Amino acid sequence: MSASTDTVKTRIAAATADGFDVERVRADFPILGQRVFDVPLVYLDNGASAQKPRSVIDSIKHTYETQYANVHRGVHYMSQQATEAMEAAREKIRGFINAGEAREIIFVRGATEAINLVAASWGQINLKPGDEIILSVMEHHSNIVPWQFACERFGAVLKVVPIDDSGELMMAEYGELFSARTRLVAMTHVSNALGTITPIADIIRIAHDHGVPVLVDGCQAVPHMEVDVQAMDADFYVFSGHKLYGPSGIGVLYGKAALLDAMPPYQGGGEMIQQVTFEGSTYAELPYKFEAGTPHIAGAIAMGAAVDYVNGLGFAGIAAHEKDLLSYATERIGAFNNIRIIGTAPDKAAIISFVIDGIHPHDAGTILDREGVAVRTGHHCAQPVMDRYDVTATIRASFALYNTRDEIDALVTGLDRVQEIFGR
Amino acid sequence: MNALTDLYQEVILDHSRHPRNFGHAEDANREAKGYNPLCGDRIAIYLRVEDGVIADVTFEAKGCAISLASASMMTDLIKGRSEDEADALFGQFYALVTGNGEDAGEGGDLEDLEALGGVREFPSRIKCATLAWHAMKAALEGEATEVRTE
Repeated sequence: MSASTDTVKTRIAAATADGFDVERVRADFPILGQRVFDVPLVYLDNGASAQKPRSVIDSIKHTYETQYANVHRGVHYMSQQATEAMEAAREKIRGFINAGEAREIIFVRGATEAINLVAASWGQINLKPGDEIILSVMEHHSNIVPWQFACERFGAVLKVVPIDDSGELMMAEYGELFSARTRLVAMTHVSNALGTITPIADIIRIAHDHGVPVLVDGCQAVPHMEVDVQAMDADFYVFSGHKLYGPSGIGVLYGKAALLDAMPPYQGGGEMIQQVTFEGSTYAELPYKFEAGTPHIAGAIAMGAAVDYVNGLGFAGIAAHEKDLLSYATERIGAFNNIRIIGTAPDKAAIISFVIDGIHPHDAGTILDREGVAVRTGHHCAQPVMDRYDVTATIRASFALYNTRDEIDALVTGLDRVQEIFGR
Repeated sequence: MNALTDLYQEVILDHSRHPRNFGHAEDANREAKGYNPLCGDRIAIYLRVEDGVIADVTFEAKGCAISLASASMMTDLIKGRSEDEADALFGQFYALVTGNGEDAGEGGDLEDLEALGGVREFPSRIKCATLAWHAMKAALEGEATEVRTE
């Protein structure tokens, strides 16, 4: 994975020849032309949320202007148009992660809701006192707290896989955590705080060897790499639209149909029922059983537009471009002798977390902000990771397909300014 | 860049690098903790209050330059003051950093702390400046629970 800069340059040239032209890509994102504090916006907080291409913004406008009504219930024309558009988006997302069937794609508010859904619904029929759930120390809080709820409700306990100093998952320790009481593995595909790409196919294979299903948090993976849920054999795979250049308030729970079929509904309401009487109700088929209430219709359709956008560029070009950004940023930031990079696994997505000796990340973040550079400072909703490295916070630059080497230079100039203000 | 150099004045950097009254005085009789969940900053304030006067004050903290400097300067300022005076200073400081209230922008009794007025230009950082003050107020009022700014 440690391709030399020359190799990376060659691959970038190849990618550009294939049609990945970052300046053209940038022109697709209206917000990137904004200025903040009278300097150009340098947006490096994509791990928190990515900006939206015009096609996604237009999709939302198009839905409300031409094809909006409630879905799956009207006999009238507009309802059918909206239903067709939303189901077309579901099919696009199915293809995007290569799920076997569209009914395995459940629209939810985001990855957080997806994990809460599985923890509550799957947990209800599968977790008993003393049962064990394995997760890693580098999970986002959204893949920890729902399982803590499940522990409180069902009496289960959490087992935590450690990471080494580079931020790699310790696979031998992972294998040893399995017991006769292990019921589920909940694991990130890419760490939001460190950038580590976990060996998810191996993680799943080992779990399946023990007869244990796996939920994968794919939030930070889907914007950066091709995901094939059938090839990795994930049982559940969750991600949010807003990190994938789509709208906020919409996300996806993928689950194997057999697992989802066996699970009780998560929320009750309209859309998710077959028949309701005061003696009892029967529930709709997948995916509607888990889609109670009127969904974020325009958001789901626009998430389909985001998938179209990413597919149009192609992951070959995106991955090569982002790999170049990561290696360039690692080289430039690594050149500061008082900066420590947190998370140095050989296999990383385009995320770089770091701390500066004697300067708190929040102070650095404020100064960078005035240079137009938006980075995340804090614990990144991953406090166990901060504890693991004995820091309270880090500065995190997380890159997207529209970032450039010039923007990394702006970050480095901003870091020089931080050091200047702090008198170093 | 004036706003930045206003915020990170030498006096603030000095207090953040060499915080005064840092530690945990054993004879303290009031204490409170403060936590800012947004950035993870933590502070513990220890007061020795005798006959309504703050005879001694120390603190321990992990945090950014703004929160450390504010805590350090605050302890210098309130030592030897009455509880009522400390409470009034809290009001003045709050007005200084938020730009709100009758005393906004005056802060005449705040001495070095007036340097923190620059934080007004950085709304996301005001909570850093006020963390120590909230903890001090909680300690004076004898609140046992941790105060949070978010």
